[in-house]
Amino acid sequence: MTTVHQLTAEAVTLAYGARTVVDALDLAIEPGQVTAIVGANGSGKSTLLRALARLIAPSSGTVLLDGVAVDRRPSKEVARIIGLLPQSPVAPEGIAVADLVGRGRHPHQRPFAPWNAADHAAVAAALAATGITDLADRPVDELSGGQRQRVWIAMALAQQTDILLLDEPTTFLDVAHQIDVLDLLTDLNRDRGTTIVMVLHDLNLAARYAHQLVAVRDGRIHTVGSPHDVVTPDVVRQVFALDSEVITDPVSGAPLVLPKGRH
Amino acid sequence: MAGRRARLRRRALVTTGLLLGVLVLFAASLMIGNTFYGPGPVLRVLAGQQVDGASYTVGQLRLPRATTGLLVGLAMGTAGVTFQTLLRNPLASPDVLGISTGASAAAVFGIITLGLDETAVSLLALGGALATALTLNVVAARGGFVGSRFILIGIGMAAMLQSIVAYLLSRAAAWDIQTAMRWLTGSLNGATWRAVAPLAAACAVLVTVLAARGRDLAVLRLGDDAAAALGVNVGRARLLSMLAAVVLLAFATAASGPVAFVAFMAGPIAVRMVGTGASLVLPAGLVGSAIVLAADLIAQHAFETRYPVGVITGLLGAPYLIALLIGTNRSGGSL
Repeated sequence: MTTVHQLTAEAVTLAYGARTVVDALDLAIEPGQVTAIVGANGSGKSTLLRALARLIAPSSGTVLLDGVAVDRRPSKEVARIIGLLPQSPVAPEGIAVADLVGRGRHPHQRPFAPWNAADHAAVAAALAATGITDLADRPVDELSGGQRQRVWIAMALAQQTDILLLDEPTTFLDVAHQIDVLDLLTDLNRDRGTTIVMVLHDLNLAARYAHQLVAVRDGRIHTVGSPHDVVTPDVVRQVFALDSEVITDPVSGAPLVLPKGRH
Repeated sequence: MAGRRARLRRRALVTTGLLLGVLVLFAASLMIGNTFYGPGPVLRVLAGQQVDGASYTVGQLRLPRATTGLLVGLAMGTAGVTFQTLLRNPLASPDVLGISTGASAAAVFGIITLGLDETAVSLLALGGALATALTLNVVAARGGFVGSRFILIGIGMAAMLQSIVAYLLSRAAAWDIQTAMRWLTGSLNGATWRAVAPLAAACAVLVTVLAARGRDLAVLRLGDDAAAALGVNVGRARLLSMLAAVVLLAFATAASGPVAFVAFMAGPIAVRMVGTGASLVLPAGLVGSAIVLAADLIAQHAFETRYPVGVITGLLGAPYLIALLIGTNRSGGSL
């Protein structure tokens, strides 16, 4: 995992049918950093992430991985470099944790070839890194939401990619488990240098855990930069249509948004 | 991790057990009949030696019949589990979706209205299955690929095709109905070596294709996005697997008629036996073979009258379908 991979979007336009969701957008993901994409509902942030993960083809423009269009490279080859945790993956009924995590090895395996030592080691390491080694033989359906999210992250880890994309990895988790997941991703970034790109709803968590914030508004990038550059009352008003005050988080030193509602 | 090894071992053991079970049923189909032949004479016939009586009964009657049963079950089992996996629903087997009915309707049309010979009817049945699958794809895939819509439209098409068959039969001459009956209830009575050859060729190619796709199919069960992220070309994998499954099913239907519910039952039984961890394609194929061979033994020898094999599988499958329909609303299904 020493090579540095470059993921960039060049003039990417994304549309569902006739509706343009993302319009001629340019973005370079900082290698080795944690990037959070933030924006209001319907701003196109998840769509942008899906395009980076090659799940939707741009109607114009290109997503490039190391200078080559992602859809021109073999899908399995890309899957050894870019991993994705989708918003709502499906766990087959009754599947054991270790078997689900093992699915992450798919891009490294050939049809019919048996599991090799590298596969077993990758699954064991992914279970250990996410702290679910003890759950390995339990059926996924019996786990709590927080544990289940760890299983899916473990599957993405077993894929052993340099870039990991996550679509709202903290949704449906209580606050303790949200912090838990984001700490886990921070460890991954620090210990292995994994480039992390995630869509996050919570601006304060994004400011706290990301090196780089991408604020998206109406399918265009409004501001890109460090949390201190992006999380300002002006940007929050323009991106989220919300009046706020921004203070320094006494715990992390990151900017903290205090929304001003009507009450 | 000990559990993982244990599951792998269990899967290997169960799959081997299934294979042995199919071989035992196959051997039993060769031995049991009006005259019982022990393993000795049967093996001598298989080795190509001339044995009085057995050479004809076993070599020309029972062997093609058992081979057809084995292959039909294999084809229907793998085709069924492929559909159920792709549509993520145990109800989504090609017999429930009307694809087998499409083959039957085309065949009955060929026999009754066009008066075609056996080969032409088989080809027409193949066309019928493909046309039904294609129509289903075009109609159901409008505005995105949703499994439940696919299933509901498929059930509707099956009903429509059934009524076409009923209409054709009501206008048919008595002797044509005899021939057409085979296309309504699956039966191994017409099994001959000439009919086994194309089915065996189709199985050799297409079961291999689907088995090679087994891991892709297993990953597709995690959802389209997760599968794509794991390097599966979702559109191509789905198209190729579905096409292979439809053609396989069509060849099987051409050989035996639609043996009711085999495609539908094999996958869910296989998943209960080998677990959710791995590819289900081959275990489901083996379960399919076992069902057809066992049901044919029962249909031939358990009663005073000999019944077509489809009557027995239908009797077994219908309660299972009902149980599944009751259970799905609660749990969302298991395949």
